[in-house]
Order: sequence, then C-alpha cells, then structure tokens
Amino acid sequence: MGPSVPERPDRNAIDVRGVGKVFGTGDSAVAALDRVSVSIRENEFFTLLGPSGCGKTTLLRLIAGFDYPSEGEILLYGEDIAPLPPFKRPVNTVFQSYALFPHMTVGGNIGFGLEMLGKPKAEIAARVDQMLKLVRMEALKRRRISEISGGQQQRVALARALAPQPKVLLLDEPLSALDFKLRKEMQIELKRLQHETGITFIFVTHDQEEALTMSDRIAVMSSGRILQVGTPRDIYDRPAERFVADFIGETNFLAADMVGSSNGQARVRLASGAELGAALPDGLAPNGRVTVVVRPEHARLVKQGGAISGTLENVVYFGTDTHYYVRPDSGGDTFIVRQQNTRDGATFTAGERIGIAISDDAAQVLRD
Amino acid sequence: MNRAGEIAAKAERDDIRSRWLLSMPALATIFFAAAGPLVIVLLCSVLEPGPYGGVVWKFSPEAWISVFMERDIFDDTLSVADAHVVIFWRSVKLALLATVGALVLGFPTAYFIATRSERARDVWLFLITIPFWTNLLIRTLAVLQVIRNEGVINTLLIKLGIIEAPIQILFTDTAITLGMVYVYLPFMVLPIYASLEKLDFRLVEAAYDLYASRVQVLRRIIFPLVKPGVIAGSILVFIPAISAYVTPSVLGGGKNMMVANLIELQFGQGRNVPLGSALSISVMAIVAAALLVYVRNTGGSEARHG
Amino acid sequence: MAERFSIRRQPGFTAVAMICFVILYVPILVLVVYAFNAANSMSEWGGFSLHWFEVGWNNDQVIDASLRSLKIASAAAILASIVATMAALATTRRGPYRGLTFIYGFINQPLMVPEIVTGVALLVFFSRVKVWSGYSGLGYLIAAHTAFCIPFAYLPIRARLENMDLTLERAAADLYATPWKVFRRITLPLLWPGILAGFMLAFVISLDDVVITEFVKSGGQDALPTYMLGQIRRGVTPEMNAVSTAFLLLSVVIVTLFFFASRKRS
Repeated sequence: MGPSVPERPDRNAIDVRGVGKVFGTGDSAVAALDRVSVSIRENEFFTLLGPSGCGKTTLLRLIAGFDYPSEGEILLYGEDIAPLPPFKRPVNTVFQSYALFPHMTVGGNIGFGLEMLGKPKAEIAARVDQMLKLVRMEALKRRRISEISGGQQQRVALARALAPQPKVLLLDEPLSALDFKLRKEMQIELKRLQHETGITFIFVTHDQEEALTMSDRIAVMSSGRILQVGTPRDIYDRPAERFVADFIGETNFLAADMVGSSNGQARVRLASGAELGAALPDGLAPNGRVTVVVRPEHARLVKQGGAISGTLENVVYFGTDTHYYVRPDSGGDTFIVRQQNTRDGATFTAGERIGIAISDDAAQVLRD
Repeated sequence: MNRAGEIAAKAERDDIRSRWLLSMPALATIFFAAAGPLVIVLLCSVLEPGPYGGVVWKFSPEAWISVFMERDIFDDTLSVADAHVVIFWRSVKLALLATVGALVLGFPTAYFIATRSERARDVWLFLITIPFWTNLLIRTLAVLQVIRNEGVINTLLIKLGIIEAPIQILFTDTAITLGMVYVYLPFMVLPIYASLEKLDFRLVEAAYDLYASRVQVLRRIIFPLVKPGVIAGSILVFIPAISAYVTPSVLGGGKNMMVANLIELQFGQGRNVPLGSALSISVMAIVAAALLVYVRNTGGSEARHG
Repeated sequence: MAERFSIRRQPGFTAVAMICFVILYVPILVLVVYAFNAANSMSEWGGFSLHWFEVGWNNDQVIDASLRSLKIASAAAILASIVATMAALATTRRGPYRGLTFIYGFINQPLMVPEIVTGVALLVFFSRVKVWSGYSGLGYLIAAHTAFCIPFAYLPIRARLENMDLTLERAAADLYATPWKVFRRITLPLLWPGILAGFMLAFVISLDDVVITEFVKSGGQDALPTYMLGQIRRGVTPEMNAVSTAFLLLSVVIVTLFFFASRKRS
C-alpha cells in the first residue's frame, strides 16, 4: 500500500519548535502549552501520553490546524504549516467521537476526503473498496452510520482518515469508547495498519499501558510541558522525572543520600543503611539527598537480608504474578514487589518479617 | 508580536469579519423595515403637523404637550385632555385586567399540563398551541360571535330563562377585556408551563413531609419557584394587551378606544402625525418600562442565555 | 376508602384547566359550525350547507386578498429563512465577541416593539419613499413582513444549529473541504429541518399579520386579514365564518407539519 519501511528513517515528519498556546486573556489566561518542542520522525508510531489537561489534545489540534499557536512554529517536512487552514494540510485526524457524517453511508464517509480533493469517481470508488478491505469491513459499504456498532464506527473513522493518504495521521484517543477486548484488538490493528501504510501516526492517549504496547516512541506530557521523550523501554526503565516515574506503571520511590558517582553510575545509601548502585540520568551529578526509583519487578523478596527489611503487610494474587506490599522498618511508603508465580517458588505470608533485595542495575536516580 | 501570534490574530479578525458580513442582510432588513423608521417617528413627534396630514419641518413641542394636555383655543391655557387620559387609563386598566384574568385561568392550566404523563403532555401542549397560531382576527371574530346579542351566551341564557332580554356585552370595556384574555391566554400558559416543567416535585414532597397543607405548598413552594415563568407570561400578555389594536377595534366598536386606536386616528382622520408619533413613543416607553421590570426580575439571565 | 394522596394534585386546578380548554375552543368551534350554516343568519341553525364557502370562493375580493396574502407570505418566509440562516450561522457556537449581544438584540427587535408603533413608523417612512420613488407595489409589504418574520425564523434555526456537533464540520475541514463545501455538504443538510421549521413559522406569522399590513398597504393591496377586518367593521356576515374556517384549516395544517418537523430528528 504505502512505501516499505526503511530501517533508519532520516527525515522528521513533524517538527514542533517552541510552541505555546494560551487561552483567554489577562487574569484568566491559561497556558495550555508551554513552549514545547519535539520532533516526530517519518513512519513512526509516536504517542503523546499524559493525564487529561496536560495539553496533548491541544498540541494535536494545533498540528491538525483547528487552532493557531500563540507562539512557536510547526513544520511539516520542513515547511511551516502554521498559516495553512486545516483543509490545506495533508494531515488527517481520527476524532475521539469519530465524527462520522450521519447523513452519509459508510462508503460515502470514507470517500469524502477524496471527493473534496476532486479525485475522479472511479479512483474514489477503488480507494474506498481498498480501505474497506484494509479495515476488514467490505460488507458494510452501503450501511448508514446509525446502523453500525461502536467498534465498526471506529474502523470507518480510521478508514476515512487514511483514504486520502495523508502524510501524518493524528489519532485523538480513538480507542477510549471501546470495551476492553475490542480495545486490545484495535491496538494490534492500529499497529499493523501503521506498518502496512508507512504513514506517520501521532497517537494521543492517557492510558500508559496502551502507550507502552503500541508506540515506537512516547512523549510524556504534564501541565503543558513535555517531560520526557523516548522509547517505551526508556520511559519505563529510565524515567527522568518523578511525574514520569509515577505516571507509568507502578514505582517505588526511595529517599537516599549520594555516596559517590562515576560514569553515569551512582552509589547511594538508603534509609535502611544499605548501599546500592543506581543509574544516573544524563548530565545529572547530584549531591546529598536524592530520590531513587525501583520498579516492583526489579526487586525480590528474600527471607533474610536484602537492602531493606520490613514486614509483609499484604499479598495480592494476580494469576500470573503476585504483588507483595511491604512496610519498611526504616519508615517511608509501602514498598511493592512483584514476582512471577513459579511452581516451586518460595511462598510468603502476610505478617512475615521479610527482606527486599535490589540488584545494582535496578535503581535509577530521579531528576527532581 | 511574534509570527504565530500574528497568524492567530488574523484568523480571529477574519472570523469576526465574516460573522458580521453574514449578519448584514438580517440587520439591514430590520433596520430599514422595522427599527430605522422608529427614529423617524421620534423625529416627527417634535415637528409641526402639516395642513393635509404629514409634517412641516419646524420644531414644535405641541405634539408632546397634546398627549395629556389640551390648549384652550381662546386663551391658550393648558388643561388636562380628558379624552386622552380616559383612553390611556382604559388601556392600562384593561391590559392589567386581561393579565390578571389570563393568570387566573392560565396558571392552573399550565399546572395541569405539567402534571400529566410525558405522552399526554405533548397532546395537551399541541391543543394549547393551536389557538396560539390561529389568526388573531379570527379568534377575535369568534369571541364576537359568542358575546353578541344574538350570540351563544345570550341565546343560551334566554333559552334557559335566566334573562329575558339579551345583555349588551359587545361594544363595552368588558367585551374588550374578555377578548384580550381569550386571545392572549396561550401567551400566559406556555411560559408558566416551561417553568413548571423544570420544577423538582421532590421539593413538594419535602414540604408535605413537613406538615404543609396544599394551599401552603402552593403559596410557599410552587409559586415562588415558578415566579420567572409567571412574570414572563404576564409581560407577554401585558405588552400586546396595552398596545392592542384589532381586539378593541372589533369588540369595542368605535367608542371604546384604546391607545392604539387613538394613534391610528391621528394618522387617518385626525391628520396629526406629530401627535400620533408622540403617542406611539409613549406606548413604547410603557412597554420598555414593562420589559425592564421583566429583565430585573429574571436577574437578566434570560438576556444572557438568549 | 381514602383516595391515594397525590403530591401533584391541587384542588380545583384540573377543573379550571378543563374550563380553560373549553373556553379556548368553544368560540372557534362555534365559528366553524356556523360556517356550515345553511341559513342566512348568525344565530338560527338552518341545516348543513357549504353555501357560504361557495360565496366566499366566488368572491373576487376574497380570492384576490387570499392570493396576495399567500404571495407575501411565501416571499417573506423564504427571504426571512435565508437571512435568518445566515444570521444564525454568524451568532451561534462562538464565545462572546464584540457586537454579538448587539446583533442578537437587533435581530429580536421586532419582537420587542408593539406592532402599532412599527406600523405607523413604516407608514410614515414608506409614504415618503413612495412619493420619492414612485414605486407602489408589493415590495413594501414584503419588506415589512420579512423584517418581523426574521426573529421567528431565527429561533428554530439557531436551536438546531446549537445542537449540532461542531466536530463534524471540523472533520470535514480535516478532510480537505473548503469552508463553502463544509457548509453545503455537512452544515446545510443537517441544519435543514431547522430551516424548514423556521420557514413554516415565518409563513404562518406572515399570513396572520393584521396591524402592520393594515398600515403599510396601499389602496387595493388588501391581504386576507385586512380585508376581513374591513368587512367585520361593516358588519359580520356568515361568509366571514366560512372564510375564517378555511383560513383556520390552513393554519392548523401548517402548525401540525411544523410540530412534526421539529420533533423528527431531535
């Protein structure tokens, strides 16, 4: 369908430079975006992730052209698209509410963009059929929108946005209205579509699990700023900031003192007195008090010893793994440990005295 | 301003300009065929009447004075113009009576409709709306048929032996009032209904729970909460009533004039355009005052939400 | 056995409401019934007959006035609908901007000024224009009717527009539709029921107008209501009943259509 996927794409599909957006004036002015900059590569599945109100949808709308930035520039393949109205930008959107035209059929909706572009009827018909095949909905071409289910509507919205072969596809929380099973299916579908068409996808969501499973790269946003950009692995294993660490998955935060550092690695001392190796984010060379994050699955429960000792408060069984909630002797928040359930693994019961072992490559120092 | 800000500002300006352009035809039509000429009336009210009707371009406050006063033709002294005062007083009186009458009949009716089931409500609303859209003249004619000496009421009363000779209802102030109540009743019912529909009857339940009687519930709970609807309905009846033309014309004969008939006279036989203009402005002033009362009482929320 | 206590019941209200409905409909029904009265009188019933309808139908002046009313109403309703649609597009779905309240108030102005005042104002103004331009046709009536029909057409159109999903138009723009195409392919088809409702409202309002037409018309330019007014002043005839009944029927039909149009796709 589209170009085959090059190994190392070298062009930026979208460049966002210092973009700010302010709503309202004077005392009631609100900065939805605070001078954000990010580059999205061609043929990428890029996700904007953050809680509601963080500005991700605003940024999407600026890229689509439904609103104008208060400052900064937005480039599409190097060209400034800010003065272009939405119908002149080769960028298409899949809306959260789908926004399918109720007075047209499925086929009519999908072909709409091509119609507006003035393509000949034969070409439009061919493309519509192609799109229907792509999203596996050939039988529904002549149906009215009111007659198809939510999941089907979602696919139609997708097909409609892909039909004109845009350079960039914007998806504004398109899966939020779907039930769990359908969501999972669509996540795989979207991934497949992106690979097949080679179109750059910019996906907006507040669901961190969704972001982690689907994206090539993620930008974590909060309060109008981009906090971190990286691959899902980077974001998960090496969160740069407290917010990122807290927002993505479960984390344990430990107060610690710097003991020494070299080559991006630090040695810290925990409240329990034990010393630990921890990774340092780039450019950070702190002294004194720091916060260290440890993912629950990177720690292990041991009957004796370990970096932290405490009492096992709660054991929650999840089928594939079990969560253990430990109250450390040295005070502080409950520490969560996640361990896979193996046949002959050691079992722990609530109320037991327990130790937590943390390997040297499990911890990361936070940029506070 | 940076480039992005310029683009944003230009888009904003373009948008507002296109909105003004879209509104232009409507504004122009209303200006030339409704609002604009009012200014001309204002102007005419301070000019001199021409010899054959029309106006002469000379300033004169006579018209305004003549609204309530008349000059003695011999010694130029001013005295109250009884004829005009009577007419103004009749207009205000009958309009108020009509409003009260419409309220007394209309409130229970609105209440009744609001307390029906969802489906029945639509039917009753439809029934109330039909007279609303029927021609004013036809409805007035219908009233005339009923109250005239050979009409339904008199014929019935005579047949039942209650009276011997027909009661003269037509061509009296009473006829006009009855006619106005009849004609403007839907205007009272609909706003009150709108208010009642929003009433949370759980409050009524709470009141009963606290030992209130039916009358007290009506007086202390229901009525205060639907006051906006009552006021809206009253204004919607009062304003057309005080400026009524057709109803007093048909039901009052030539004798029981209301302000609108007096105004018409000045533009017809009376040939006193400035006086007619001054009278018109006076009516507008009364209406504006009533509207002010309305806006004040609804806290201006109607104006805000449009 | 005690009656179940209903919190909604107020003593006497249902009775008054019923009386009210009776009062509302009896005069009209009397009028309609007597339109079919064979006798030449207004009070004696002489049997069922369509005689008076025939008289009205054969009355040139009635036909003439009716046609004129329909002409004016059609023209005014069409113009008012077009103009009101434009105004509705300009004033809805937007935060406040300078002049919005003014435009909104101005559009509703005809509703706030008593008809007698507008009537005489137009009389003065148009008589000047007539002298100055020499034109004396239906234009003045159509203009006046359009003006006071605008707010009536505006209301249902605006209501429908506000309930429309703004995202649909955004989606169309996103799919390369220019603003004009967005209007023609998305906004207009979805707005259409509202426009239709506004048209019908304006049509009925124009047909029913008495006062403004009375003052704006030139000699011989009677619309049906003003013709009837003239006749009634001279004395009521059964013919008037017949004409009124026909008029009534037309109004009821239009209002019923209006009800259905505004109900259907909400």
